[in-house]
Amino acid sequence: MGATPEIAVLDGLITQRIDAILSQRIEQALQQRDQNRTPSMAIIATKGTLDWAYPPFILGSTAAALGWDVSIFFTFYGLNLLKKDISDLKVSPLGNPGMPMKMPFGPDWFKGINWNIPNLIQAGIPGFESVATTLMQQTIKNNGVASIEELRSMSQEADVKFIACQMTVELFSYKPADFISGVDFAGAATFLPVAQKADVSLFM
Amino acid sequence: MNFDKELDVRGLICPLPFLRSKKALTAMASGQVLHVLVTDPGSVKNFGAFAEQTGNELLESAEKDKFFEFYLKRK
Repeated sequence: MGATPEIAVLDGLITQRIDAILSQRIEQALQQRDQNRTPSMAIIATKGTLDWAYPPFILGSTAAALGWDVSIFFTFYGLNLLKKDISDLKVSPLGNPGMPMKMPFGPDWFKGINWNIPNLIQAGIPGFESVATTLMQQTIKNNGVASIEELRSMSQEADVKFIACQMTVELFSYKPADFISGVDFAGAATFLPVAQKADVSLFM
Repeated sequence: MNFDKELDVRGLICPLPFLRSKKALTAMASGQVLHVLVTDPGSVKNFGAFAEQTGNELLESAEKDKFFEFYLKRK
């Protein structure tokens, strides 16, 4: 009895108080959550040539060096990058007009020349790809850039998760024994939820 | 400055300086100091960010004759 008007007044006061501090508290809670969470990255690696081997391992290992959670899903030709011996990764200039063709040896003026070799010649000369690959490997070594083997093992040491696409493993008749250890085998259905929660998802 | 371990990554290019630093720091005890020698300009510019992101305090940084040096305190 007589309770209703008092409750109404109390209600009004409570609502006022809540309005005043609610947004502040929410802001604080969100900030706390942001500070404490670990950034994460998901990479889908689909190519197996020397030039495309660098992006997943460099991005993955650098993010891991910064303390992020990183998962790389290797599918199709990306499976090439998980083989035990990857010293024979090749690169082809054919159909790759963006690739600079500079000689990694000789005097500086010589090294600066960008040789524009027509596709017809590239396709016609046997062994051209091997030459291009060797020159690329020399350029990489000259500049102190890490080898793929080193980047790969440092990535694993930094706890980057390697996941091989089970379907393409079977498609290309690979066996788990063909790959390095420490690789999980899963499908897109397993990987997609990981990618969904990741802050950064990349396809390369 | 006093340090507990020295890491020479001169001549190595990004991201190797960070990867090696992280590996060295992980093997150290909390509070110990790592002295890193770097030449790669790209890595030099990002060392502050690396320190901040990983929570390992950058105590001091200096430019020497042909390289840069950083002192990181293991968190």
